[in-house]
Amino acid sequence: MNALAIARDRHLADYEGFAARLGKEPALVAAIRQQGARAFRRQGLPSRKLENWRYTNLGPLAKLQLGPASPNLQSPATASAGLSLGDSVARRFTLHDGRFAADRETDVTQDEGVEVQGLARLRRTAPEQAARLLSNTPIDEHPFAALNTAFLDDGALVRAPRGIFDERAIQLVVAAGAYPDPRVSHPRVLVVAEPMSHLTLILDFLNEGDGPGFTNAVTELHLAEDAVVQLVILQRERAQHFHIGGVFVHQERGSRFSCHTLSLGGALVRNDLSVQLAGEGAVSRLRGLFVAREGTVADNHTRVDHAVPHCESHELYKGIIGEGGRGVFHGHVIVQPDAQQTLAEQHNLNLLLGEKAEIDSRPQLEINADDVRCSHGSTIGQLDAEALFYLQSRAIDESGAREILTRAFAEEILAELPIPELRTSLEPVVAAELAGLQGN
Amino acid sequence: MAKGATKTPILELRDVHAEAGGTEILAGLSLRVGAGEVHAVMGPNGSGKSTLANVLAGRPSVHVTEGEVLFDGQDLTALSPEERAREGIFLAFQYPVEIPGVANMVFLKTAANALRKHRGEPELDAMDFLALLRDKAKLVDMDDKLMQRAVNEGFSGGEKKRNEILQMAILEPRLAVLDETDSGLDIDALRSVADGVNSLRNADRSMLVITHYQRLLDHIEPDHVHVLAGGRIVRSGGKELALELEERGYGWIENTTAQEARPG
Repeated sequence: MNALAIARDRHLADYEGFAARLGKEPALVAAIRQQGARAFRRQGLPSRKLENWRYTNLGPLAKLQLGPASPNLQSPATASAGLSLGDSVARRFTLHDGRFAADRETDVTQDEGVEVQGLARLRRTAPEQAARLLSNTPIDEHPFAALNTAFLDDGALVRAPRGIFDERAIQLVVAAGAYPDPRVSHPRVLVVAEPMSHLTLILDFLNEGDGPGFTNAVTELHLAEDAVVQLVILQRERAQHFHIGGVFVHQERGSRFSCHTLSLGGALVRNDLSVQLAGEGAVSRLRGLFVAREGTVADNHTRVDHAVPHCESHELYKGIIGEGGRGVFHGHVIVQPDAQQTLAEQHNLNLLLGEKAEIDSRPQLEINADDVRCSHGSTIGQLDAEALFYLQSRAIDESGAREILTRAFAEEILAELPIPELRTSLEPVVAAELAGLQGN
Repeated sequence: MAKGATKTPILELRDVHAEAGGTEILAGLSLRVGAGEVHAVMGPNGSGKSTLANVLAGRPSVHVTEGEVLFDGQDLTALSPEERAREGIFLAFQYPVEIPGVANMVFLKTAANALRKHRGEPELDAMDFLALLRDKAKLVDMDDKLMQRAVNEGFSGGEKKRNEILQMAILEPRLAVLDETDSGLDIDALRSVADGVNSLRNADRSMLVITHYQRLLDHIEPDHVHVLAGGRIVRSGGKELALELEERGYGWIENTTAQEARPG
């Protein structure tokens, strides 16, 4: 048996133990879990023979001998290293190894504004509603989403009621705890934006230990008519941590979604972002910045499905790959036969900072309608020698000049982040991640 | 050898040969520039004007193969571009580089502080730098809005050249090399850039004004004029030489040089 199959069976054995411990509970959610387990058993850990996993080797993840994280055994959430944005800017909550904990606020519904609560609580108080919300995950196409579903327990539900405009963002710090041995957690986030609501959500992924571990996240968003959601995903796990995240978005008529995915750390980051434009006039704006360094992989798969006419998608991902690092971008835009008057653009720009830096870039358009405007492209380049000389001729040393130009490459993505305070507090984080990335 | 450079030279080139892309472009160029002097170097296209500028600034693609380049008695060719800048050499680029994603203000402050650090001076904080910048920007009549924009990105030709002179004002070099600073400028922009340059003239600052046309020298009056042809200085004189060139064209120099080269 190969490492992938062994790892699959290990996860499934852990699932059996987990399900047995849960004991008696509403059958609806237990059934969802079982479906997740079955779908994961069928698919297992994907091998590189599969088109969607061609460039990413899960061998190192499979060899980790992961056990399930057990937040109850942990000391209570340490003063988490989540970004400090200030109370007036963001309300902060924590998912610690997938377990919901309110920070500063209680986990009860706010009278006004965006509601944030634990999924475990929702399962107790409104099992049917919980089951309904949790049964849309595409577990048959995404083995890791299936695995996450098998371990469905707690998580966060973020709900923006009809017409609400909460000026404060929601910051959800999604932390993996520190353990003496490798552990996996399955954080789950559900976002429901009701008609005409306006929501900004920051998912701040990090891990607290220095050793290897695995975060297997699922985030689902449902944007009702004319809802506006700005999502920011920060991934800044430490060097030995693995992160696989599925983000599944459904957009109704006239809704507007923006997503910034900043993959700055981790041994392996794999993102699957899937957007379904299901209502006319829906607009999606997808932005990504990914960084890979010696021995690490940053893999972004996106899929935008234009199912109906008059929708727009604007996609720009930028990769910065240091010596010995590897990046993957695979973007897929599908325009369905009825989706006339589609506007779709998809671009992937990459900066390679060493002889042995590698990027696999595949922008892909699949157009089945005739009255559309679509563009796509990808570029791979190095730092501009002329710009380097210009900076050096102004007394800036070569390494400083390289850092300035690398940071400048990222600026296009960072400048568009929705909250000024977020940009400010990310600045030192980005600078630290980009430092030491230069080949020579 | 250039005549008239009577003071101790801040810059001295002795029989310099330089190549770029495998082609020899400077072929035995000699030049002395004294402290505080303004020298104009004129020449037709392809004579080696920009290569001379690049030899001084240290562009990596240009290589000195023979001869000496001495700045204040020190061998320049051993220094990196940033070391040259820190020693006091400034090149105003013919084509200033656009750098998307770097705010002009941040660029200028980083450059100013890199130099201050080298000199052992404390780095300027945002407030102090802003005060300095306001002061210097007046010299070139530079719009505040251009400070927040990315370096040279979408700047007009005039704005780019003003930005170069602004950098010169901030970095306070001992030798400023102006490479075709007049190219692409209308007469108003030319005047305002020249005014900026003139306000920066002083007894401790030498300038090498490289130009194809005489018109810049109407505004920046040189102490000495040199004519560059075929990678060598073929004639040197006072400012009247520029006027004569304007009248008679480069063909005149090339013809007379050829005659002088004939034996007997």
